[in-house]
Amino acid sequence: MNKNMSAKGGSAAGGKKILEGSRAIAETVNNCGVAVVSAYPITPQTHIVEELAKIKADGQGNFEYVRAESEFAAISIVLGAAATGVRTYTATSAQGLLLMTEVLFNVAGMRLPVVMTDANRAISAPINIWNDQQDAMTMRDSGWLMVYGETVQETCDLHILAYKIAEATLIPAMVNLDGFVLTHVVEPVEIEDAKKIKIFLSAWKPTEILDVKKPLTLGAFVTPAHYMEIRKELHDDIVAAKKLMTKEMVNFKKIFGRKLSLCEYGGAKDAGTVIVAMGSVLGTIREAVETHCNASLRNAGILKITSLRPFPDEEIIKLIGSKKNIIVIDKSISLGTEGILATEIRRVLYGKSKARITSVIMGLGGRDITMEMIGKAVEESKKTKEQVIFIGK
Amino acid sequence: MHIKLSVQPGTTDKIKTGNWREWHYPEIDHEKCIGCGLCDQACPEGICFPTGEKNKAGRVYYEKDLDWCKGCGLCAEICPVQAVTMREEIK
Amino acid sequence: MPTKKYKAPLSHLLNPGHSACAGCGMIIAARLLLDTAGPNTIVTNATGCSEVTTTQYPMTSFKVPWIHSLFENPACLASGILAALKVKGLADKTNIIAIGGDGATFDIGLAHISGMWERGDNVLYVCYDNEAYQNTGYQYSSATPLDANTSTTPPGKYSEGNDQKKKDMVGIALAHGLPYIATATTGYPLDLIAKVKKALAIKGPKYLQIYTPCVPGWGIEPKDTITVAQLAVQSGFYPIVEYLNGGLSGKTKTTKKVPVENFLKLQKRFKHLFKDERGKAEIAKIQKIADKNIEKFGLLNS
Repeated sequence: MNKNMSAKGGSAAGGKKILEGSRAIAETVNNCGVAVVSAYPITPQTHIVEELAKIKADGQGNFEYVRAESEFAAISIVLGAAATGVRTYTATSAQGLLLMTEVLFNVAGMRLPVVMTDANRAISAPINIWNDQQDAMTMRDSGWLMVYGETVQETCDLHILAYKIAEATLIPAMVNLDGFVLTHVVEPVEIEDAKKIKIFLSAWKPTEILDVKKPLTLGAFVTPAHYMEIRKELHDDIVAAKKLMTKEMVNFKKIFGRKLSLCEYGGAKDAGTVIVAMGSVLGTIREAVETHCNASLRNAGILKITSLRPFPDEEIIKLIGSKKNIIVIDKSISLGTEGILATEIRRVLYGKSKARITSVIMGLGGRDITMEMIGKAVEESKKTKEQVIFIGK
Repeated sequence: MHIKLSVQPGTTDKIKTGNWREWHYPEIDHEKCIGCGLCDQACPEGICFPTGEKNKAGRVYYEKDLDWCKGCGLCAEICPVQAVTMREEIK
Repeated sequence: MPTKKYKAPLSHLLNPGHSACAGCGMIIAARLLLDTAGPNTIVTNATGCSEVTTTQYPMTSFKVPWIHSLFENPACLASGILAALKVKGLADKTNIIAIGGDGATFDIGLAHISGMWERGDNVLYVCYDNEAYQNTGYQYSSATPLDANTSTTPPGKYSEGNDQKKKDMVGIALAHGLPYIATATTGYPLDLIAKVKKALAIKGPKYLQIYTPCVPGWGIEPKDTITVAQLAVQSGFYPIVEYLNGGLSGKTKTTKKVPVENFLKLQKRFKHLFKDERGKAEIAKIQKIADKNIEKFGLLNS
């Protein structure tokens, strides 16, 4: 360890603070004991990496900050650092995430537990800097663990969990939060200090790394004789990560006192209609249901999905398998079919439920989602014969 | 994770590429060899080496390991004293 | 066959058993590079022949820590490894070498090499220059010289092969203000070894471009890879030079000017130039490029 740095590094004070979401994430990541940070600026991720640079400049961070020449470079740089056996971090949005595509698959395939934040933003063209969830949903098949925060607090907590799960499973983890909505909002948030995080997140001590004392080759050329088994194992391990996540969420609650879940049901237990969504829109949905601003929301249930990968199949069946009317709100779309989360829900419930499932696309490119629009979505979904509808007004 | 993705160093030595040789193999004249080591530097396989044995002139002469020699002939080309001759190989 | 069987001690940092072609120039460069750098070295390698021929899972020829991720990112990996070693307090004790072919260096990875150089990272970037995408079947790269026949610059009724001049990668390196830049070739192993040593002794970003003839891509005999490289140097076709802090500090001179024809005629990739008058005119153009190199760097001993 670099002695000069370790004395002051990674020890920003914890406690309840009123912070911008980006600053809260930066402080949490620093307190997780990250060793190498590399990033390239893109709106709306910028504040996170600016804050990390400031933390470093102020002598409060015990990490190397590598300025990258592109997002492709940033993720490649953390790949190199992770392969050398240290805790790493990067963050991006939209085009940046897409530019990383090749490396995202590579990081996962090489089983390197990189943790990254994606401040979710719409994809060009047309160019648009505002929030939706198309970017990360497009990377769904890259082999990363993917979780979605509803609030700044939950997003911070998911970062701590992400390091734990990524390092235990050797699968990289992407923590998603809605760009601007959460990155730029100022709210009270509990920043966990490094000491407490260390209790939850023990040191990562990998053995298969770049080390001159044990000169291994990483990233060898794999022929058809081995490729398939290696890919299958990554699949199996992503599925198996669900159990570990559930267990660590319980540990998380014990140490930090806050609840995390793969997915969570809210609203009326006997609801016939249930709205499924991910991310910050859940706040709007909750309020719309609680105030039943629209008659169709009376007695509606809400299913919050936090973990997209692994996807909590059994939990979802248990929670909404008996519902009659399921509305899945997506801020992304697999063009030509329907919302991506909707397809996931349809897959899970196939043969297990007789529910009518409607995919509702909302909030693309930063379009506001109001409580009235949530009501309208439910109303329309009951009337429409379409599998997918767009509610923008 | 059960499948080891990392690979142990130097393990291609199991693959004996000597069977790549089509026509010729290098023969080293121990008495001509001056032990300069140029064949060692030029050999793509890295299998020309000092034997530790001395010739009449007192020079440690070089040899090659035919288990891996692909028969390219670079050792013969680079040898400054023509101590290496590519001989026809009858398999 | 000789009666006594000798067993190689396998003392190099690159083991045999790799699948590089007989006579491969690249693999000679790789071994000399690693042996000179020594075991306290971490290598990042781009996709290409240097990777696929050496690391067929679950085996590897390398005896130093070695990583391959993608085609265009060995420079990025090197920066990441350096950052991690700094945190571990090992940065000053470890050589980091990033390796790419000319496609990875001149083309697809160029922005990332530039980024690494701009950061001033203490990494030696090595380019194995065999003047085309040889691994995928001899396609043109921006390191391909004028008139070369590659599978994407074939000669024909309206073509004399590649109509572009080779990109000046050394010039690009110079523009970055690197403390050490050199070209070398497997044609002159001792010079190559000396340059690797010198480069690794200098702190900061370094660039070493090694001319490595490709047996199938250039259409040469396996035994000729060293001769061809030497002729490239002696004709001025491929100047071997060295820059310390931006100033020309070394060059491989030749006592007798060798016509480029001698270099070209050994290779199938230039065969089409020896058929007719049109080809003759092209050879004159190539000669002019070589002459200009000789003049620019003062390569001729008079």
